[in-house]
Amino acid sequence: MRQRSLIAITAALAAGALTLTACGSRDSGGKGSDSGKGGGTTVTIGVDAPLTGDLSAIGLGIKNSVDLAVNTANKKNYVKGVTFKIEAKDDQAQPSSGQSNATAFVGDNSVLGVVGPLNSSVAQSMQKVFDDAKLVEVSPANTNPALTQGTNWQTSKARPYKSYFRTATTDAIQGPFAAQYVYNTAKKTKVFVIDDKKTYGAGLAATFTDEFKKLGGKVVGTEHINPDTKDYSAVATKVKSSGADVVYYGGEYPQAGPLSKQIKSAGANVPLVGGDGIYDPTFIKLAGSAATGDLATSVGAPVETLPSAKQFVADYKAGGYKEDYAAYGGYSYDSAWAIIEAVKKVVDDNGGKLPSDARAKVTAAVQNVSFDGVTGKVSFDEYGDATNKQLTVYKVDGGAWKAAQSGTYNPSS
Amino acid sequence: MNELPQQLVNGLLLGSMYGLVAIGYTMVYGIVQLINFAHGEIFMTGAFGALTVYAYILPDGTSMWVALPLMLVGAVLVAVLVAVGAERFAYRPLRTAPRLAPLITAIGLSLALQQAVWAWYPEAKSARTFPTIPGGPFTIGNVTIQTGDIFLVVAAPLSMAFLAYFVMRTRTGRGMQATAQDPDTAKLMGVNTDRIIVIAFALGAAFAAVGGVAYGLKYGQIDFKMGFLLGLKAFTAAVLGGIGNIYGAMLGGLVLGVAEALSTAYIANIPGMDKFGSQSWADVWAFVLLILVLLFRPQGLLGERVADRA
Repeated sequence: MRQRSLIAITAALAAGALTLTACGSRDSGGKGSDSGKGGGTTVTIGVDAPLTGDLSAIGLGIKNSVDLAVNTANKKNYVKGVTFKIEAKDDQAQPSSGQSNATAFVGDNSVLGVVGPLNSSVAQSMQKVFDDAKLVEVSPANTNPALTQGTNWQTSKARPYKSYFRTATTDAIQGPFAAQYVYNTAKKTKVFVIDDKKTYGAGLAATFTDEFKKLGGKVVGTEHINPDTKDYSAVATKVKSSGADVVYYGGEYPQAGPLSKQIKSAGANVPLVGGDGIYDPTFIKLAGSAATGDLATSVGAPVETLPSAKQFVADYKAGGYKEDYAAYGGYSYDSAWAIIEAVKKVVDDNGGKLPSDARAKVTAAVQNVSFDGVTGKVSFDEYGDATNKQLTVYKVDGGAWKAAQSGTYNPSS
Repeated sequence: MNELPQQLVNGLLLGSMYGLVAIGYTMVYGIVQLINFAHGEIFMTGAFGALTVYAYILPDGTSMWVALPLMLVGAVLVAVLVAVGAERFAYRPLRTAPRLAPLITAIGLSLALQQAVWAWYPEAKSARTFPTIPGGPFTIGNVTIQTGDIFLVVAAPLSMAFLAYFVMRTRTGRGMQATAQDPDTAKLMGVNTDRIIVIAFALGAAFAAVGGVAYGLKYGQIDFKMGFLLGLKAFTAAVLGGIGNIYGAMLGGLVLGVAEALSTAYIANIPGMDKFGSQSWADVWAFVLLILVLLFRPQGLLGERVADRA
């Protein structure tokens, strides 16, 4: 009996080892074949996003949109001799998971670019891993300014990592844009600022506050909430007694929904304003009817209104994806497409095949891409930020987000 | 506006929920000296049991007044089933094992239950919306009570009264007291201790289920992780009140809830403390309070019941 199980284990181990070697040889065989037979190269585009947990609605939208970009490129045979595939990893919105995913992507030689992540705090933990490997990372959603312009971005801008790009605009623009709308258009002057202390939320709340004060508005209270709890009644009561006529929340929809609901039920009938982190249908689902009148800014113009996006929306529907493309679908598609364009350029420059230092070349090529994407013109400035600085204010109306005002941000004073 | 009365009510409501869950910790500990760290997840499965009844069994658009009692039944059923199953398959085999073994099993069970709901409950990968009680809030003076909280206002004292009656006045209740005092002697006197232990688990789970429904109604959403932090708070409440003491559990819960609400509201006003007063510090203050109580009164506010065991 014991011997038989020993044999079984040995057999299993041997089989496992064989499979692993087979994998290895297939990889190197694939690379060898591009010189010989041609047309057999597979390029993997990695996707890192929260595919489970609170933020999965957005994360799955990112994954599906990259998948659509890859399928489109393959169908069109956009880069001759190259077949794209995606490899999606779940970061659960945790910096530690993001970093181990980044390490795994770096270890896979077929990965020439990664789309993601969703969260700025996760991006912080991934940037160096990618940069050391010269592997390009294009985020569709990170908005923290420090990621591209360094921690001292307010005084002296310095790009920390040359391999990091993003198609979304930053909070340095998003916060003030919201402040201008709230003060000038919505005529609210007394704000209560709440954030979740995370990289994204705290950063957004700070840039909003600065601009709001500059415009002449008054901050009547501030609070930091713990994202792990759902009981914000004590905070809601403070909001009510502060006499604020608007609440700004730096954070994401899993907390913003209940927060909005509890503020309204505490008797403070004031709108909650947030950034792209709350611009999601789930926010309305969680806040219920209390969400009516709440505002969110999000990067770019609404995807549905852009002529360039019609095709994307139609293709996405035809793709039969179970989940919605959510807030960053268009940006994710454009992020993936930026990598595809870069791969195309590198392959074309190298006589139709991938060079040995493909990663570094692709990273350099992304810096210079310029094409008409789903969200408008896609190109990057010297920091790796999107040159497209359009933003939109959305308002909850009749149980859905409706675009209230689109525009580009102009600094005041 | 003077917000103190409102903040006290906020704290008492939150505290009632802690209390309901804390009872399960305290009863199981009182009888088998086991800290059932999976109890927070029993609270969570109870909430999902209620949601199942509402979303998949009752026809769409059923009035909440009809649905709520049935949801409660569903919640209690699921939670009791999970708790009794856990007792039978995870804890009973380890009853004579060293103390640490069942504790680790409990932590494992807690993770397993979370992941099971995450993996198999439809759309449970992110938060699911929970039905709410229709109607606007009630206002007494300048204190507002939400319709969702009314359930808690009614259910918490009722549950406590039921428990007091059960433990003090029924045969089984007296059997529980006897087992808590000395299981061996109780067994010699003809008390079926195995049965008593199952009842303690089941009763604790039923209270947790009521808490789970209250959570859903109060916040309008439930998720697979909801039991973790709340379970930890409820355990803290049980220790605060004196673990093993069922009145202590409720009192500990209320004290903890009020402490959290008041620390959020007022600590920032103390000069030099403005950095430590936000809601994200409420948990810290809750644990500071726990440490202080344990320093000066190690047996908890109302005293440990198990302390009188020889």
